[in-house]
Amino acid sequence: MEPGFPPAPAAAPSTGELFIAFLAVGMSGFGGVLPFARRALVERQGWLSEAGFTETLALCQSLPGPNIVNLAVVVGARFAGARGALACVSGLVVAPVALVLLLATLWSRFGADVHVGAAIRGLGAAAAGLVAATSLRMAGPALRKAPLSAGPLMAAAFVGVGLLRLPLPWVLLVLAPVGVLIARRRGP
Amino acid sequence: MKGGGDILLAIFAQFAVLSLLAFGGANAVVPEIHRQAVEAHRWLTDADFAALYAISQAAPGPNLMIASLVGWKAAGLAGGLVATVAICAPSCLLTFWAAKAWDRYRETPWGRALAEGLAPVTVGLVAATAWLLLRAADVNVRLGAVTAIAAAVAGFTRLNPLWTLGVAAGLGFFGLV
Repeated sequence: MEPGFPPAPAAAPSTGELFIAFLAVGMSGFGGVLPFARRALVERQGWLSEAGFTETLALCQSLPGPNIVNLAVVVGARFAGARGALACVSGLVVAPVALVLLLATLWSRFGADVHVGAAIRGLGAAAAGLVAATSLRMAGPALRKAPLSAGPLMAAAFVGVGLLRLPLPWVLLVLAPVGVLIARRRGP
Repeated sequence: MKGGGDILLAIFAQFAVLSLLAFGGANAVVPEIHRQAVEAHRWLTDADFAALYAISQAAPGPNLMIASLVGWKAAGLAGGLVATVAICAPSCLLTFWAAKAWDRYRETPWGRALAEGLAPVTVGLVAATAWLLLRAADVNVRLGAVTAIAAAVAGFTRLNPLWTLGVAAGLGFFGLV
């Protein structure tokens, strides 16, 4: 038994129930699905304990891929193996992808309209601001954890990928081992 | 008809690799998506990229739809679906495997060092995403002000970002920015 899950889940959900639950999660969150996922999985369904959610999220955050997609994989696999994981991920992704492709089709048809074009430009400017705020908010905890090394690592990633436009694999190949070795030397 | 096997294969290969590099989520690989799709393959223009990113933020759901939209722009509906599967599948398989080794993984000092050591790099990558979007989106002072206000609202309040996006789109629609 993996830690963090309630010792005896009330009743193991079926793949259908998993699909429906994550379908609802996928459609509920704008610019951040995690609060909705927590409410659905911990409070409404009782599939995970509060601590279990946090622990599972920590695992998901240290792996590549969107946290919420990884969370769907872990929860689905716990209850129904590979089929459960597939049910959760497809439930999570199918509606938002369909909606966004529909929006993009409308954009390709009406984007030439002056007003629609201007609305998209306004949207783009705001979206840029939201991402900037996200990066600033993420910087705080990382800087507190490692005041000396985090700043230079952030700057190197920003300059390498953002300003010099170097390929990401090369940048990660250099910076990831450096970051991990520094964290390992620092210890817990 | 756009599409064909070659371009779908190229889309799959690009996003499958990025899936395994997306530490901290899809926003960390947006600069690389831009570099490959706009600069190398020329599937879309800088302005298209900014518009599609904005659209991806205006829909609910996980933060990976920019991949679906770039695939769609490059090769239509098939391209969008291929890109979606490619950005999800490799990281999902890795997570599926890692969840089974969850205990060992979590307890090792190296496991902790991996999570902590990658965090600052991810912050830098998300900042690079913001920088790229700023340059494409803020073509005049008023749009720059929209970006600054959106960042401030997101940084200092807990307002649902949908309100910010809606107001900004409205300002654009009525010719105010």
